[in-house]
Amino acid sequence: MNRFSFILHRLGQMVIVLFGITVMVFFMVHLTPGDPARIYLGTRATDSAVANLHHQWGLDRPLPAQYELFMGRLVRGDLGTSLLYQSSDARLILDRLPSTLWLLGYSVVLSLLIAVPLAATSATKKDGLRDHAIRLGSVISLGMPSFWVGIMLILLLGVDIHAFPVGGYGNGVIGHLWSMFLPGLTIAIAVSPLLLRSLRASMLNVLDADFVATARSKGIPRRRILVSHVLRNAIIPMITVLGLNVSFLIGGTVVVEKVFALPGLGNLMLQAILARDFPVVQAVTLVFAVMVVLVNLMTDVVYSLLDPRVSFD
Amino acid sequence: MTTLTGVAVEESKTERRGRRGISWNLVVGSTILGVILLMTICAPLITHYDPVHQNVADALASPGSRHWLGTDQLGRDLWSRIVYGARVDLKIAFVVEIFPFAIGVVLGCLAGFYGGWVDIIIMRCVDIVMAFPFYVLIIALVFTLGAGALSIYIAFTAISWIWYTRLIRGEVLVAKRQEYVSAAKAAGLKDLRLMGRHILPNVITQAIIFAMSDIVLNILGIVTLGFLGLGIQPPTPEWGELIADGQQFVTTNWELTTFPGIAVCITALGLSLFADGLADVLRPSA
Repeated sequence: MNRFSFILHRLGQMVIVLFGITVMVFFMVHLTPGDPARIYLGTRATDSAVANLHHQWGLDRPLPAQYELFMGRLVRGDLGTSLLYQSSDARLILDRLPSTLWLLGYSVVLSLLIAVPLAATSATKKDGLRDHAIRLGSVISLGMPSFWVGIMLILLLGVDIHAFPVGGYGNGVIGHLWSMFLPGLTIAIAVSPLLLRSLRASMLNVLDADFVATARSKGIPRRRILVSHVLRNAIIPMITVLGLNVSFLIGGTVVVEKVFALPGLGNLMLQAILARDFPVVQAVTLVFAVMVVLVNLMTDVVYSLLDPRVSFD
Repeated sequence: MTTLTGVAVEESKTERRGRRGISWNLVVGSTILGVILLMTICAPLITHYDPVHQNVADALASPGSRHWLGTDQLGRDLWSRIVYGARVDLKIAFVVEIFPFAIGVVLGCLAGFYGGWVDIIIMRCVDIVMAFPFYVLIIALVFTLGAGALSIYIAFTAISWIWYTRLIRGEVLVAKRQEYVSAAKAAGLKDLRLMGRHILPNVITQAIIFAMSDIVLNILGIVTLGFLGLGIQPPTPEWGELIADGQQFVTTNWELTTFPGIAVCITALGLSLFADGLADVLRPSA
């Protein structure tokens, strides 16, 4: 299989997965024990109000017809209508997408800034004190609930010494970077151990490689070998690890956005949950899943471009 | 499934086990877990207060000799609530692992052993569930099913099976090519017996190792749901709910959010070390 047909094959797979995602999100409403319309309107709602909402959601039709309606709307870019905000879900999501994307990008950068130097230290000083300390630290930070880390960071860096804002999104690029530092760091603390583990392992593999020995024998300085030989080769598998963990990363934003009161998709979802606003919960879940699928596709394509040794099977 | 097989990411073989053959991960991990389990079993002996008993006169007391870790806004003893919370969180985290383990192992065996359409259908389902970010799907599912323990069991089962299926399928694909399987097949064994008696015992170790580290994820998930108010409902003490309750007093009574979080961290650390240690000991030819 060559690269082109590999990408075509991946696209074909993606279509199936996207279809499956819509089916799952569609059936979510039907999983609710009881009547979602009555849950939203409360126990004192009149029968006609409930019937109205049923009609609006299409719940009064047979299941296949409901799915057809759902898909028909989706194809036209209509993700449903929020009950709480009385506006289209697509509009709400587009308004909140920038904040979430900022947070995602920022936390990826911070994770790399944490993981790469630590992995390099850990791999070059293998079995040394620093290696053990870094590995223990990564095991500990993997087990910390990220919302708790966020609260602790607020307590230590926000409340006591006022070093960083403890909530909000800020204005302008500098403002965003400034006010999203703590939320970004919170996610980075959760994600960097995963990157660190894989980077350390692949660096150890590369350090054993013949070309590193050759480079050493030619008298190239250690630091230069580390950066342009070892790191360059070791970072490729890490891109896959990052791609695989993007779903973990995106999931992490949901809770962290709540802790830091960021106007993002996660907070939109959680507010919709409090208000029992089913259409918004459905739409946000769908958008999150589509984001993961797209990033995974991108990772595979980038990976296949970066590493000529890659084989397609 | 089409995957990229590039440079494999594997830990180098030399570092799997300590030179003397003792896995310190296992020793430390099981010690931590043992202490925690003992504490949850002996909870009435090491706490002086009922975890749900309210005493408003003693509300928001600072840590001291009467209340070791202080009290919450309703005067409930934090130490008692953390210790009894361990019962709730640990029980759910372990029990919730049973169904995904069983379902995932069976489906993984079927997919790997039969291949073809069975494989394609099972693995596409895996792909679909995997497309959803873990926390997003857990939150959405528990919300639609209604907060509480039963919903947590259903939601985790609906998601976590995919990891076992992927893992076991890969292992079965490798095992299938081994000579002992060909020999058993040549001897005319039925598929079911071949899978159950010959392949499964050789691949199940990986699933057991994974289960331990997945329980860490379960605890984090349950605590997160509790924090969002979707988990175990009050007044039952639960770590995530304790952290959420304490958050509003974080500037005056930092201990209310800090200590439940530390309890989660220590438990997760114990489990992670235990899982790593188990991998050191059980993983063959390492």
